[in-house]
Parts: sequence; C-alpha cells; structure tokens
Amino acid sequence: MSLSRRSVLGVAAGAPLLTTSLSFRKARAQAQNTIRIGVLNDQSGVYRDLSGPGSTHCARYAVRESGITQAGVNVEVIEADHQNRPDVGSTVMRQWMDRDGVDVILDVPTSSVALAANTLVRERNKVFLCSGAATSDLTGPACSPNTIHWTYDTWMLANSTARAMVAAGGQTWFFVTADYAFGHALERDTTAFITAAGGRVLGSVRHPFPNTDFSSFLLQAQASRAQVIGLANAGADTTNAIKQAAEFGITRRGQRIAGLLVFITDVDALGIETAQGLVLSETFYWDLNDRTRAFTRNLGTMPGNIRPSMVQAGCYSAVLHYLKAVREMGVAAAKANGAEVVARMKAMPTDDQAFGQGSIRADGRKLHPAYLFQVKTPQESSGRWDYYRLLGETPADRAFRPMAEGGCALVRS
Amino acid sequence: MAGPVLEPGQAQEGKPGPFGFTRPQFALFSAMAAFFAAAPFLGLYEVFLAKILCFALFACAFNLLIGYVGLLSFGHAAYFGMGSYVAGHAAKVWGLPPELAILCGGLIGFALGLPFGWLAIRRSGIYFAMITLALAQMVFFFCLQARFTGGEDGIQAIPRGVLFGVVDLGPDRNVYFFVLAVFLAGFLLVHRIVHSPFGQVLKAIRENEPRATSLGYRTDDYKLMAFVLSATLSGIAGGTKAIVFGIATLTDVHWSMSGEVVLMTLLGGLGTVFGPVAGAAIIVTMQNYLAGFGAWVTIVQGAIFVVCVLAFRAGVIGEIGKALKLRL
Repeated sequence: MSLSRRSVLGVAAGAPLLTTSLSFRKARAQAQNTIRIGVLNDQSGVYRDLSGPGSTHCARYAVRESGITQAGVNVEVIEADHQNRPDVGSTVMRQWMDRDGVDVILDVPTSSVALAANTLVRERNKVFLCSGAATSDLTGPACSPNTIHWTYDTWMLANSTARAMVAAGGQTWFFVTADYAFGHALERDTTAFITAAGGRVLGSVRHPFPNTDFSSFLLQAQASRAQVIGLANAGADTTNAIKQAAEFGITRRGQRIAGLLVFITDVDALGIETAQGLVLSETFYWDLNDRTRAFTRNLGTMPGNIRPSMVQAGCYSAVLHYLKAVREMGVAAAKANGAEVVARMKAMPTDDQAFGQGSIRADGRKLHPAYLFQVKTPQESSGRWDYYRLLGETPADRAFRPMAEGGCALVRS
Repeated sequence: MAGPVLEPGQAQEGKPGPFGFTRPQFALFSAMAAFFAAAPFLGLYEVFLAKILCFALFACAFNLLIGYVGLLSFGHAAYFGMGSYVAGHAAKVWGLPPELAILCGGLIGFALGLPFGWLAIRRSGIYFAMITLALAQMVFFFCLQARFTGGEDGIQAIPRGVLFGVVDLGPDRNVYFFVLAVFLAGFLLVHRIVHSPFGQVLKAIRENEPRATSLGYRTDDYKLMAFVLSATLSGIAGGTKAIVFGIATLTDVHWSMSGEVVLMTLLGGLGTVFGPVAGAAIIVTMQNYLAGFGAWVTIVQGAIFVVCVLAFRAGVIGEIGKALKLRL
C-alpha cells in the first residue's frame, strides 16, 4: 500500500479545522452595512448549466450595474450547491439566514427545494427571488409576501407553447407524458389551452419515470399523425425523447415536437443536428433584441463559456430590481423587513436589459412576455448558440396565469 | 460479509459497565453524549447537528443488520423515506403532536419491514441485496404516484409542533435536544439488542448460519426480527428528520439514500458500536460544509471513499479500535 495511513489520518484531521476556521471568518465579516445575497442552486447535477455558477455570475453583474457600491452599500454574493436535495438546501438556507446574515435567497431550481425555501424565508421575513424553479404553486396556494417568482413557471410554458403553436398552424396534438403528478398536470394544462385555442388532442401515451427507451411511445405518436408531439416531461426524459425522435426522423417527416420544459442549455447539450425543428417557450433569449445582445456582451465571459439561460438572466434582473428597492429604503430597513422590500419591489415598475419593461403582481408573479421559439436547422445556424428562430410572442398580460385563478391567499382578501 | 473488527478474546475486555458497555465503550459513549449536549453552546449550528443525529440513528439501525447479522440491505431508504412521509403527513394533515408523528414513522417502518423482511431473508448475499433494492424501488414508485406525498414537490411546511403539549419545538435548540434524546434512546436500544442473548445469536448467524441452525436456533426468525427492528428504527429516524426539517421528499426514498447509509456505515466501521455515528457525522459534514465549493462535493466524497477503502478498510472507528486494541 503506497498510502501511509498516518499521513491520510493527518490530512483527515486537518480538514475539518480548515473548514471551521473558514466559516468563523465568514461569520466575523458580518457588517451592518452589507446586503448578502445567497445563490442556492445546482452546481454539480443536471441543472448546473441552466443555473449553477452562471447565476452567480449574473447576480454579481447586476450588483456592478446597479452602482450601489458607489452609494456606499456593500453587497456580497455567496453561493452554495443544494445538490438537488431539499434537506441539504434547507440546512444551507437556515444557516445562511440564522447565522450568516443572508438577506436574499436567489435562484433555487428544483421545485421541492424552492418550496422549502419559500417556507423558510417567510418564517424569517427575508426575501426569496426565485428564478430557477418551475412550479406555479409559488404564486398559487404557496404564495408568500416574501417571495417573487421571477422568470417562468409551468403555467406560462404550457400556455405559451400551446396557444402560439396552435396559432402557428399546429392544430392536432399527441402527448408523450411522464407518468407522475408533474407530467399529468402539464398534460392537463396544455390540453386545456389547446382546446381553448381551437386545436385538438388526438391522444396521449404515458411513459414510466425515469425512462430511457422511448421508441414505442414515439412510434405511437408518429402513427397518430398528429401535427405536434408534445413532450410533457422534463430533464433527462425530455432529452432522451428528443434524441430518439431525431433517430426516427420524426421532424423530417413533417411532425413537430414541442418540448414543454426545455431550455437553451438542453438544446446546446443535444446539439443542433438532433434538436433541429424542436419548438419550445422561453422568456429570454440572448439574441432576441438589441438590449439582450448588449446584456450578453456586457456580462463578459460566463463560467464554462456559455451564453446566459433565461434562469441566469432572471437572476440578474431580480437582483437589479431588488437593489433598487434597497437603495430607496436604506440598508438597515431592508435587512430588517423582507416583506417590506418585496412590497416596494411590487410597487415599482421593472426595467432591465434582459427582460425589458415589466412589473410584479400582488401575488409575487413577475410579468414579462413569453416567446415561442423553433430550433434552427444546422444550415440556418451560424454557429454555437445561434439556435432559435422566433415563432410567436405572448404579451406580458396574457403570458402568466390570471391572479384570480391561482388561489393565492394574499390577493383573495 | 464483513467480519468483526476483532476476534473474540483478542480485545482487552473490561468488566461490563452499564447498558452492557465495556468500560472504554462507556467512556466513549459518555464523551459522545457530552459532546452532543455541549455542541450547541460551542457555536455549532443546531439544525446541522440534528441532521447528523438523524442520519446517525439511521446508520445505527442499518448497522444492526449488516454489522451484526451480516445482511446487506440495499433498500433501507424505503423505511427511512416512508417514515419521513408518514410522520410528515401525520403532523401536517392529521395534526398529531411530534412524538406521535414520529411513532407513526416507526410504525410504517415496522409495517413495511415485516413483509419485506419475510420475503428477503429467504435469500442471502447479493440476492438479498437485490430483493431489498427491488422492494425499495416499488416503495419509491408508490411515493412518486401517491397523492399524499405531493409527487416531486414532497410534503412541505410540516409543523414541528409542541412536544407532549409542553415543549415548543419551534426554536432550533429545543428541537435539537429532542432529537438528541431520540438518538440516544435509539443508540442505546441498538446496543442493548446487540449485546443481549438475542444479539449473541445474531452474531452466531453472521459467523456461521448452518452451525447456528444445528444448535437449534430458528435462524430465519432471528433474522426477520433483526430486519424488522432495523426497519422500525429507520422509520423513526426518517420521521425525526421530517419533523426537524419540516419537509419530506423523494430524496429520502430514492435508492441513492440506501447507498448513502451503506457509505456512512462503511466509512465509520461495520459492526462497531460508534462507527455509524462517526460515518454519518463525516458524510453530513461534507455535504454541508462543502456545499459552498459547488461541484467539489461529490468529487471529495468519492475520493474519501476510495481513500477509506484503500487505507483503512475497517472504517474510521474500526481502525482506531484496532490500533488501541479495543472494541469500540
């Protein structure tokens, strides 16, 4: 054995001391005039590219753009990996808010962790700016005076994809649905929008979760002769289905595939050859207009040399707006009362490079337009990250679930 | 299956102390209890400590099965996760106080452990592991589909409640000492089981099952009993975790949780009294304190596992025990 046991033990004994001293140093550095933003997301798993270090980068950029440091306010952005586990995320957040003086929890993809954040932040009267999670419960039954759901949600994705798709000529649909609550809900919502828009659902097939072999489901979808195959699933299931659909040549034979929860990072991972023709909804695309292009340029090099996803752009936009409210209120007041900051944020109109002008509704929903994109063919694309062609737009006032339908207790009274 | 750390008689056994501990064991137990009792006052974070204790109890329950009966279950997440779901549901929807909610968690562990164990102990070795894994996957599927678990969102905002109608568990320090009490009770129970005549038979089965049969023991009954005890304690650990964190999610029933408890027990030392506690503390500490380093968590965890298997195969506590010629 080449490893000496003694040296291994020595290193093992030293390591905890190092981490303890680090955390003590952090705690000591607490100052009254410092706003602390904790970026909690996935740094090692499936959502790393979508959120991950890119979100932190965007948050830091927002701090620079806000110019708040010149006004004498310190803003510190720290990050942690929740490993997509609610218990890990929950411990980190408690420690951040109870011990380390963190005022804002930012990002938080994975809806189970986001819902946990929602509860913890409300209990402590801090601020939760949610960009990464999809669940529309955050502005529905679980809505909170301390939470703003920034970038997107499942209702918006289903609505935008279904309506804009039907308007663009996709009249008949067939669903490939993940067989659990999330998939069922997505299929149900999308079906309602399709019928409302005058389209028709020819049928659906349910696949186990998680699943790797989609051949039989895709063949059924193909045989239905529906114009659009809707993928009511997420993550690896969606990418697997898209890959196998490309192998079957489904899009080349005239059927279109609509992903209900696909992001630009998924398209990048799949490659444009595989993903071409895929239809999807997002609220931000770096090459959408002059302002988004300027935003992307000003960001500098992102970690991993990627272009910002809508989740990362949402982190930027949310932090920028939050700091405006802090500036108005003063640091001491902002630190003391999270709900008050959120109320201020709702009262002010938003404006930033990534999402343009927008507003925040009483139930905590940030409003901006939703866009329907189609992935370009390799011939149309000029290179990496030139992926989308704009198919349609849902204006901000119709992009998200109407407040009355959400069942949020904040607006009922 | 892994053998004991020391052959009987090799250790310098002291006179048996309280609870069937040897003297050094009792000293270490007192030190551990004192450390955990004092830790919140030393500036360590209560919720983090409580998490360590929940996983330590889970690992102790698991160790009862693998360390003392030699059965490697790869499906303990089922009992842990269902325990946390049922306790969460009991506390949130039925409005039960925390002590009864956790008891419900233990009951579901028992109720699942009985049929699963009955089926699984018919086989041994890799087949046993695979049967437990398959059954646990069925439980995972159930949790994914069942309405009361809330699918991938889990059960959220579980109230901590008021213990025995007197102690408000809302403050972190209160809930911590409650968890400490649950953990110490569970730890002592496992120790008592292992060092009872019943535990002696379990160890005999581990060493040589046909011989135990030939001595007239109905080994299947013993194995089943150990399995059910382990599953029940796992359910209690899961229930306690649900109360502390206020959430019960799919993570707890996922097979990777079964793997994690194997890792904890292995890292601390299979078949040692204190090993699972040390292993749980190491893994949970890494998950928490390395969270700030992003993607490094999983890499460091993997590296530590490799180093452990290469350099000290008996686990941290196992190796210390060997060096000191003590049974810890």
